[in-house]
Amino acid sequence: MRYHRPHLDRLTHLLLLLGVIVFGLPLWLALTASTHSAGDLQSGIAPLWFGSEGLANYWQLLSQPIAGLGVSALRLLGNSLVMALGIAIGKIAISLLAAYAIVFFRFPCRTLCFWLIFITLMLPVEVRIVPTYGVVARFGLIDTYAGMILPLIASATATFLLRQSFMSLPQELFEAARLDGAGPLRFLKDFVLPLSKTNLAALFVIMFIYGWNQYLWPLLAANSPEHATAVISLKNLVQSTDTLPPWQLATAMAVMTVLPPVAVIIAMQRFFVRGLTDTEK
Amino acid sequence: MTTFERHRFTPWLLLAPQLAIVAVFFFWPAAESLRQAFYVQDAFGLGERFVGLANFQRVMASAEYWQAMGVTALFSVLVAVGAMGLALLLAVLADRVMHGARLYRILLTWPYAIAPAVAGLLWMFMFDPVLGVLTHALAGFGIHWDAQLNPGQALLLVVIASIWQQMSYNFVFFLAGLQMIPASLLEAAAIDGASPFRRFVGITLPLLSPTAFFLLVMNSVYVLFETFATIDNTTLGGPGGATRTLVYKLYEDGFVARDLGSSSAQSVLLMVLVGALTFVQFRYLERRVQY
Repeated sequence: MRYHRPHLDRLTHLLLLLGVIVFGLPLWLALTASTHSAGDLQSGIAPLWFGSEGLANYWQLLSQPIAGLGVSALRLLGNSLVMALGIAIGKIAISLLAAYAIVFFRFPCRTLCFWLIFITLMLPVEVRIVPTYGVVARFGLIDTYAGMILPLIASATATFLLRQSFMSLPQELFEAARLDGAGPLRFLKDFVLPLSKTNLAALFVIMFIYGWNQYLWPLLAANSPEHATAVISLKNLVQSTDTLPPWQLATAMAVMTVLPPVAVIIAMQRFFVRGLTDTEK
Repeated sequence: MTTFERHRFTPWLLLAPQLAIVAVFFFWPAAESLRQAFYVQDAFGLGERFVGLANFQRVMASAEYWQAMGVTALFSVLVAVGAMGLALLLAVLADRVMHGARLYRILLTWPYAIAPAVAGLLWMFMFDPVLGVLTHALAGFGIHWDAQLNPGQALLLVVIASIWQQMSYNFVFFLAGLQMIPASLLEAAAIDGASPFRRFVGITLPLLSPTAFFLLVMNSVYVLFETFATIDNTTLGGPGGATRTLVYKLYEDGFVARDLGSSSAQSVLLMVLVGALTFVQFRYLERRVQY
């Protein structure tokens, strides 16, 4: 092929490697810093290689209450998991049913219903943050998992994607199912769900990461440390003290916080790319 | 499409959960924002009184609001240019390689999974006055770095953290866009003797323009909303409001200063802004500008 030249290929790999290193550096430095003692870190520049205190730092976070917060990292990570799974599963479940109704049924106000849901697509919780807090407080849901999850699943991204995917299912399938005498529930369970597996997995990856990484809403809705998530706990570690921040703990907490979503992205890379390009466009 | 015609009740049953949640947690608060924007609460939160457009006038007349608007605009431009430029470069490179393409893609997309709050923390560590690798490197060039005091450096810190995080998002879309360009087009141009640079400018870039426009809007939306966490973990809006974006100000006025009227007016203005962005985007995507 005329446009593949060996020296250009080498340059391409070189630049890509450079990009990989530059983008990896912040996490690498956090990883190495998290294995040093507080004393090591106070004597100069952040270390590029691992120290010997790694186990001690991580164990301290996981087993003991974090100063100024009163709960351990284990609890924080558990809360993050509940919230991320709640958002991913909750959003997919309600969107699946709504999209199924909109595509496979005819009923009055169908278009209106679709638009009512569709309008939520681009207005994230941040623009209505103050009254949302008021509504959630009125239901007594502040400091509950439900209160942390529900306002974040009031959006149509998943409904929109599933509607598109249902509409692209072959028409013959529907007719065959009708001839077999399949009702709405059987058709959903035996035909639509198995054929939408890829889309559901893709949606799950995106929604899990979205839920795990939420910040402003859990900051307000989880008033007590018992419901705080890993992501919102980091600020406590860095900014609560007047003296030097305990960077060995802050970086260890950061590493533990990014591990689950990064693992999901790497393990489900194919679904991730598909989910991202489908949900947003 | 044929449908289940005889079921009148079932569709409502299926729609009920989503409609209920959207009604309670989206429309109710949104309507409440709209209403409160025209009222002023008394100091004890006991009563309120209709004030017409006074809240909006107060917001529009505040220098802080326009400063936040300016910060948000500059922030958006810097992140869009930085994150899209880098992503395009790396996507073009990753699209070229024959071996290891999958590995490169994974190694360049994982930052998407990092929470903006964590991105802020990681870069604050890089720029720490005592430990920071970059602080020491800059000192070698005679540059004194102190993001707590220097407004420009504070903004740069959150911009760099945001570019780092947003690059991978743009990368995924640019790479997908590049892979959709028919190879025959590029081959034909190569046979005609067009240089790699000419092929890029004449074919690749125009075909990527819808993707680039879409990303421009999405990057602005990212800066508007997601960077709240980055800022709250690094500069806290300071120094002197140099990193106070519109959402950060909304949060300060609504939850710290408890000025409901002003924060509601800001919510409404923000909805209009995002609504306009969405509208422009849909119009553009509808026309599907391609050359």
